[in-house]
Amino acid sequence: MDTSRSYLEPSSFSKKMAAAIIIVYAVITLIPISWMVMTSFKNVDSAISYPPEVLFEPSLEGYVNLFTNRSRQSQEYLDSLPPPENWYEELVRSREMVITGPSKFLGRYSNSMIIGFGSTFASVFLGALAAYAFSRFRVPLKDDLLFFILSTRMFPPIAVAVPIFIMYRKLGLGDTHLGMIILYTVVNLSLAVWLLKGFMDEIPKEYEEAAMIDGYSRLQAFFKVVLPQAMTGIAATAIFCMIFSWNEYAFAVLLTQFNAQTAPPFIPTIIGEGGLDWPAIGAGTTLFLLPVMIFTIILRKHLLRGITFGAVRK
Amino acid sequence: MSQIKIVNLQKSFGDFTAVKNSNLTINDKEFFVLLGPSGCGKTTTLRMIAGLELPTSGEIYLGDEEVGMLRASERDIAFVFQLFALYPHMNVRNNLSFPLKMQGYKKSDIKNRVEEAAKLLRIDHILNSNISSLSGGDRQRVALGRALVRRPKAFLMDEPLGTLDAEFRELMCLELKKLHLDIGATTVYVTHDQLEAMSLADRIAVMDGGEILQADEPNIIYNKPKTKFVASFIGSPGMNFFEVNEGISKDQSFVNIDGAKFDIPKQFEESKGSKNFFGIRPENLTLNNNEGLKGSVFGVEYLGSRKIITVKTSLGEIKVKTDISISVKLNENVQVKPLNNNIIIFDGQTDKSLNSEFIK
Repeated sequence: MDTSRSYLEPSSFSKKMAAAIIIVYAVITLIPISWMVMTSFKNVDSAISYPPEVLFEPSLEGYVNLFTNRSRQSQEYLDSLPPPENWYEELVRSREMVITGPSKFLGRYSNSMIIGFGSTFASVFLGALAAYAFSRFRVPLKDDLLFFILSTRMFPPIAVAVPIFIMYRKLGLGDTHLGMIILYTVVNLSLAVWLLKGFMDEIPKEYEEAAMIDGYSRLQAFFKVVLPQAMTGIAATAIFCMIFSWNEYAFAVLLTQFNAQTAPPFIPTIIGEGGLDWPAIGAGTTLFLLPVMIFTIILRKHLLRGITFGAVRK
Repeated sequence: MSQIKIVNLQKSFGDFTAVKNSNLTINDKEFFVLLGPSGCGKTTTLRMIAGLELPTSGEIYLGDEEVGMLRASERDIAFVFQLFALYPHMNVRNNLSFPLKMQGYKKSDIKNRVEEAAKLLRIDHILNSNISSLSGGDRQRVALGRALVRRPKAFLMDEPLGTLDAEFRELMCLELKKLHLDIGATTVYVTHDQLEAMSLADRIAVMDGGEILQADEPNIIYNKPKTKFVASFIGSPGMNFFEVNEGISKDQSFVNIDGAKFDIPKQFEESKGSKNFFGIRPENLTLNNNEGLKGSVFGVEYLGSRKIITVKTSLGEIKVKTDISISVKLNENVQVKPLNNNIIIFDGQTDKSLNSEFIK
């Protein structure tokens, strides 16, 4: 009998099985994403060629198209122009077009940033305060309130789209950054309160009592002693909130048109000549993926500890 | 450093009264221990002195100031928690300087004070370590250090040695005592461990059911307990009690227990009812073969230098603490008799000890 390992330790066979399953899962998940990234580097023709090209000559046409508005011109007109000043102008001229100006993508992208990070910060901040109160104080009707907060997630947010649309028009919040930040914060807040309450409950109240005895007010103790210890929970909550508000599509379509339109409703509207401009859409989605990816990677260490919260505290 | 005085202090949580109408004066520079079983209100009393709980009624004086309703941060006291509550996201130095930063000391002053405290507690070599890498004893020292850097009016400690293992607890007990002698700070210490209380305290208050039963020096608490609870709670094993089915009158000097006659110290007080208790500590009893209460040996425990012999008698089990040289076998017939006159009669109705020649 093999006694070199404990019964609790998995056997090398099951370890290999686990690795195989994870690899298969990773490949399946990564195929659409890598296809999207590949499409962003194809030119318009190879993007729609049949059979699909796996090996192709990379081109930045998608990215150029994403960031510019262009118009088609006659060959005589193009010949009459001075020679192109840079590589992307040359690329566009080779397609018998001229650049007429920057596209709206950058504006939409920064809207997404402002609204995504703004609402994430607001959800986590307000959620942490509420969670702390629910965790520490004798709040009247505490359980009912917590259930009430949770109940806002029992229907899809879009179910309240019409009343919110009317409310926002009356309040003048339609198509504003503030309006979208408030909306996403409201949707995320219930998740934030519940998640963070779990983390706050795990932090012994002696820490803030010690800080209060050391001369700090309760609010100071909260910021200096409780919040740093709830970092794992805050990171996990922030990622969940960020992913929701970054990806949200339905409300963004309904409530924003110009000023505060985010990237998700904008990207599908990138239309090329005689059809959708797939490389440009691919480029848009690839760039759209990056911030959440970077955000998650930065908070990854906390997230891993955070998801298993309760298990590792001592 | 200051005197602490609590007057008619009461604390209720809903219908439950945790601390009942308590009065206590803790002298300046005294090491005062609140002792009692869990749930007796000792920690609640301490937390009220600290300002972590507000009293339902009554007053707390720190020096001359009434602080009952002040916030913890406004009282200038230090508190050592059972679980230490060291801030895990800061290193030792930052933990120690945390209370000083709030009071707006200059950076160089903070550094000096922290290093001074660290030297006193012999933790100066670990000032830059993380809390999670420290041993239990070092954590204990850091927790004490955080309390004493501020030079507060009083130290409050809530079972600070509770999480340490037995060997280390003894060592820390000695260190605490020495530290107290060095800095001479008024200290209120909560514990359920009577040995800790006995070895540390200048005075002990024994609590039960939210009431302070007796506050006295350790030897008085041990030898002259004021109530039956104090007598049974202090001492290991606790005091032996026999039921006396007769009223005690003034000047009485013997009682009949189950037909046998026992001498008692001359009584100065008469009992309220006709059912009372005769209390005697195990070390004040002795075994012999011709005199006293008859019984058989039920159990023998060796305690190194002493031996505890349990004797089954018609009055129930009696514990006798004897010299190691006395040897008895299980089930052997023996007789038990008092060794001296250190006998206390407890009133069956009030559970209080009656005044006598022994207890004055």
